[in-house]
Amino acid sequence: MFPATFEYHRAHSVKDALALLKRFGQDAKLLSGGHSLLPMMKLRLAQPAHLIDIGAVGELAQIAEEGGKVVIGAGVTHQQIADSALVRGKLQALAEAAAQIGDVQVRNRGTLGGSLAHADPAADYPAAVLALEGEVKLEGAQGTRTVKAQDFFVDLLTTAMNPDEILRQVSFSPIAVGTGCAYLKRPQPASGFALVGVAALVSLGRDGSCEKVRVGVTGLGSKAFRAAGVESALAGKKPEANAIAAAAAHAADGIDCLSDIHASADFRAELARVYTRRAIEKALERCAR
Amino acid sequence: MQVKITVNGQPREDAVEPRMLLVHYLRDVAGLTGTHVGCETTLCGACTILMNGQAVKSCTMLAVQADGAKLTTIEGLAKNGQLHPLQEGFWEKHGLQCGFCTPGMIMAAVDLLSRNKNPSDEEIRHALEGNLCRCTGYQHIVEAVQYAAHKMR
Repeated sequence: MFPATFEYHRAHSVKDALALLKRFGQDAKLLSGGHSLLPMMKLRLAQPAHLIDIGAVGELAQIAEEGGKVVIGAGVTHQQIADSALVRGKLQALAEAAAQIGDVQVRNRGTLGGSLAHADPAADYPAAVLALEGEVKLEGAQGTRTVKAQDFFVDLLTTAMNPDEILRQVSFSPIAVGTGCAYLKRPQPASGFALVGVAALVSLGRDGSCEKVRVGVTGLGSKAFRAAGVESALAGKKPEANAIAAAAAHAADGIDCLSDIHASADFRAELARVYTRRAIEKALERCAR
Repeated sequence: MQVKITVNGQPREDAVEPRMLLVHYLRDVAGLTGTHVGCETTLCGACTILMNGQAVKSCTMLAVQADGAKLTTIEGLAKNGQLHPLQEGFWEKHGLQCGFCTPGMIMAAVDLLSRNKNPSDEEIRHALEGNLCRCTGYQHIVEAVQYAAHKMR
């Protein structure tokens, strides 16, 4: 399988990439690790006339702590995120999502920015980025802007990015004491993508009740989403089994669930409820530490 | 486009079409057919090679993306006629039958043993989850990797 022909351009900096994007506009696609884009191109589902390779742009490949935030460059690979002591310590759900993507060969190439910009409805990262309330920094000809995770995923393979923009980095507030998070997934056995994946974050208040609850769900609908019904049902409650189960029961509320040969819509909805409960339980276990 | 790629220690310079996949570069340009084309969809792992020491699937990379990189293929493992311990392990422990998946299996296992010198059976299975074998049932592959890990310690 060969991709259709294209013109190849190598960017050496974000500035370079933006200039090339401006020049080629809608006919261009950014190429980073290529593990979302190249499979689409080989199947001729995507046939961009110009590829702008940002794989060698060093300024996109850093994980850093800046101003109290953990900032992860778009070009950081899944394996780097999974292995990062900083991410494992302060954004555990994100490290868990990264570690469960594909296989080691895929994790060595695929990047955070590539996966988010592709917005596959069954990708792992979106659930974690939603639950951890990541902020996506986009840079374009008009300047930079920051988009909250819940506004970033618009629809199937569609994000809030404009065609002339590049995804620079995602920043997160690190997990505070008394807060726990987790990402759990049921993989589709052939592809490894999430039939359903759920990331949960819970903060316990001084009285031991759930002060803050954030739940991100992937694989269930046309885009990853925050399960607002679960969050509001558990907020303010004591983290007891009944309350957790009652809240998790809302995981698929209002979602038009995907259905295919791997899982019916009903089964996916049930998986979402079960994995939401388990992810909340796991996050709670980690609050205690 | 002109690319400079070091393959198994040999620097090369070649003109390639931008859409050429790395696996085809290795097989058709460099003439190294030990790297196999399997599923072509990033699932089977038959095309696994090392790029700068890390296992990657060469069917899901463009040759131009490897410009400046150091690649190792199955042909680069044996030194002075001596099999690499992993090659020897696959031989000794009957880690293959038809052999189609073997180069990719071995290259993925090289990546594992470079990171983890004393892997458990479970860790070996996890590290090889991106490589499919339809003959062995995997048990002998795990034993082959353990053989090599033991020998390399």
